Amino acid sequence: MFTVGSASGVGNLLWLVPVVPLAIAVVNLFIGRRLGRLAGVVASVAVGLSFVLSSVIVMDLLSRPTEERLEIQRLYEWISVGRFSGGVDLRLDVLSATMILVITGVGFLIHVYAIGYMEGDPRYGRFFSYLNLFVFFMLLLVLADNYLLLYVGWEGVGLCSYLLIGFWFEKPENATAAKKAFVTTRIGDTAMLIGLALIVSKFGTLDFDAVLGAPGDTIAKGTATAISLLLFAGAIGKSAQVPLHVWLPDAMAGPTPVSALIHAATMVTAGVYLVVRSAPLFELSGVALTVVLIVGLVTALFAATCALAQDDIKRVLAYSTISQLGFMFMAAGMRFYTGAMFMLVAHAFYKALMFLGAGSVMHGMHEETDLQRMGGLIRRMPITGWTFVIGALALAGIWPLAGFFAKDQILEIANHTGRTWIYLLGTLGALLSALYIGRLVFLAFFGAPRSDEARHAHESPPVMTVPLVILAAGAVLAGLFLSTSAEGTLARFLEPITGPVPHGEGLSTLALSVIATAIALSALAVASWIYASGRVDWLGIRERLQPLPRAAASGWYVDHAYSTLFVKPGIAAARFSAEVLDSKGVDGLVNGVGGGVRRLAASGRRIQTGFVRSYALGFFLGAVGVLVWLGTRL
Amino acid sequence: MRTPIAYFIVLSGVLFTLGTLGVLLRKNALLIFMSVELQLNAVNLALVAFSRMHLALDGQVLAFFSMVVAAAEVVVGLAIIVAVYRRRGTVDVDKARGLAG
Repeated sequence: MFTVGSASGVGNLLWLVPVVPLAIAVVNLFIGRRLGRLAGVVASVAVGLSFVLSSVIVMDLLSRPTEERLEIQRLYEWISVGRFSGGVDLRLDVLSATMILVITGVGFLIHVYAIGYMEGDPRYGRFFSYLNLFVFFMLLLVLADNYLLLYVGWEGVGLCSYLLIGFWFEKPENATAAKKAFVTTRIGDTAMLIGLALIVSKFGTLDFDAVLGAPGDTIAKGTATAISLLLFAGAIGKSAQVPLHVWLPDAMAGPTPVSALIHAATMVTAGVYLVVRSAPLFELSGVALTVVLIVGLVTALFAATCALAQDDIKRVLAYSTISQLGFMFMAAGMRFYTGAMFMLVAHAFYKALMFLGAGSVMHGMHEETDLQRMGGLIRRMPITGWTFVIGALALAGIWPLAGFFAKDQILEIANHTGRTWIYLLGTLGALLSALYIGRLVFLAFFGAPRSDEARHAHESPPVMTVPLVILAAGAVLAGLFLSTSAEGTLARFLEPITGPVPHGEGLSTLALSVIATAIALSALAVASWIYASGRVDWLGIRERLQPLPRAAASGWYVDHAYSTLFVKPGIAAARFSAEVLDSKGVDGLVNGVGGGVRRLAASGRRIQTGFVRSYALGFFLGAVGVLVWLGTRL
Repeated sequence: MRTPIAYFIVLSGVLFTLGTLGVLLRKNALLIFMSVELQLNAVNLALVAFSRMHLALDGQVLAFFSMVVAAAEVVVGLAIIVAVYRRRGTVDVDKARGLAG
C-alpha cells in the first residue's frame, strides 16, 4: 500500500482544502445577514485560501518523481459493518489535483464576481453560504478515496445545485426548475447507487485502490459492463447528457454565477471525472466505452442544434455546455482520458468566462436575456464584450486558444484510431459549435442595437470585469501551457492515472488543424454575415424555415415528450394514489374502524342508565339464570 | 323432637325474597342496605340449617365469615351513604345517576 504523508508535510494540510469553504459556509449561514456585504468577501477569501492551499500542495506533488505523486489522508473510519468499511479518506493524485485547482481557481474568480453581481440581494449571505457549501461538496467529490465518499459529494453538489437554481424561489418557475434538476439527476443517481451496491457485492469494498487496481479477471466482463453502465447513468444525469439533459437549460433560472460555477465549470463535469476515475472498469467492459462514446457524440450534436435556435443568451450557453460535455465523453469513450480532462479544464475557463460575460450583459441591460433585444453591445461594454469574444473564439476552436487544442485533439484521436464516422460527425459538431457561438456573439455584441436597453447598456464594475479578464487570460494560456499536442504537459502529468494517449495513423496533425480552423473560421464568417452585417433578414429566414427552428428552440420537443410520457402519467398516478387509494382506501379503512366502534358504543351506552336498582335487577336475573342453568344440568 | 329442615329453608327463602324485593323496589339507600342485610342473613340461616342437617361445621364457619364480611361492608356502605347524603342532601338512589352512559 501507499505511505501516508510526505517529506515536506504540506500534504497533511489536504483536509483543509475542503474544510475551509465548509467552515465559512456555516459562518455565513448563521451570521451572513449581519455581515452584509462582508459575507461575499469572506466567502471569496475562503475559496481563495483553498486555492492557495491547493496550489501549494500540488506544487509539492509536482516536485516529486512521477510514481510518488500520490497522497492519501485517512481522516476517520466512518462506517464499519462486517467486512465492509468506508472511511473519510482523501486522495490526492494527479487527477484530483487537476480537479481541485480548477474548482478552487475558477470558483474563486466566480465568487469574486458574485460579490458584485449579487449586490443588493436580500439573501446575500445565504447565497454565499450555499456557494461555499457547493465548493466543499465538489472538493469532497474529487478528493474522495472511495466511491462512498464520492457519492456523498455527488449528492451534496446536487443539493447545492437545487438550492441555488431555486435561489429566487419567489418565482414559481424557478422553484419548478430546481425541482426538475433535482428529480432528473436523481434518476441517474439512483442507477449509480445500484452500481455502487454492485461494486460492494463483487469487490467487498468501495476503495479506489481495491476496485480499480484489481486484476482484470476479478470480475466477469458482463459484471464490469453492468457496473460501468450504472455508474455512467449517474454521469449522464449529473453531466446532462442525452437522455437526461433536460434539466440543464431550465437550470439557468438560477443566478448567473451559479450557472457559471455549477452548471458550466464544475458540477456538470463531475460525470466526466467519474468516467475518467473509473476508467479501468470501463476498459474491462469495453462495451461501456462504446456506449460512452455514442452518448457523447449524440449529445454533442443534438445539443449543438438546440443551441443554434435559442434566443435566450443563457440557454444558448446551457445547450453549448451540454454539447461540450458530449465532446468530453466522446474523448473518454475513445480512451483519450487526458483529452477529456483537458477539455474539462479548458471548458471550465471559457464557459465560466462566457457565463459571467452573459451575467455582465444582463447586469448592464436590466436583466434582459433576449438576444433579439441586444446588438452592438461591444461599444457600450468593451471589457465584457472583448473577453466574451475571446471565450467564444476559444469555444469555436481558433488557434491558439484553449478550445482549439481541446477539440482538435479529440477529433485527431478519432481520426487516428480509425473512427472515421466519429471524426466526421465530431467535425460537424465543431462546425455547429462555431456557428451557434458566432450567432450569439454577433447578435449580442455586434451589429446595430435593437432596443433601448442595448443603446443605454453600461459596463459592469471592476469587481465583475476583473474576473472576466483573468478567465480570458486563462482561456488563452491554458491551451498553450497545458497542451500544445496530444502528449502535452497535462497529458504527461495525468499519465499515471489515465495511461498513455492512444496512437494510430491518420491525417497529419497539421492537416487536421487546418481543416478544423478553416471550418471554424468559415462558420464564424457565415454567422457574422447573417447576424451582424444587417444585410440578411435572419428573422425572415427563420420564419420561412418553420417549424424547424421552433422545434430546435424547444429542444426537439424532448421536454414535451417527457411531459406526456412520464410527468403527466406520474402526476395522474400520484393523484390517483392520493385522492383514491389514500383518501378513500386507507382513510376509509381507518375511519371505518373508528366509526364502527363509535356506533357500537352509542348503542351499548344505553344499558348504563345510572339507575342502581335496575343494575340490581340485572344481578338478580343473572343469578336466577345461573341457578336455572345449573338446575337443568343436574 | 327435631324441627324439620324444611321450616328453616322456607323461612330463609321468605326472608331472602323480602330482601330481594326490598333491594329492587325501595329507593332509599338505607332501606336497600337493610334489605341486603336481610338477604345475607337469610343465606346465613340456610347455611346453618344445612350444616346441622349434614352434621358438618363447614356451613357454620362460612356463616361466621359472611357475618364478619357483612359487618365490614356495613362500615363502608354506611360511610358512603353518609357521604352521599352530605353531598346531595338525599339518599334516593334514583337521583344518583352521575354514571349514566
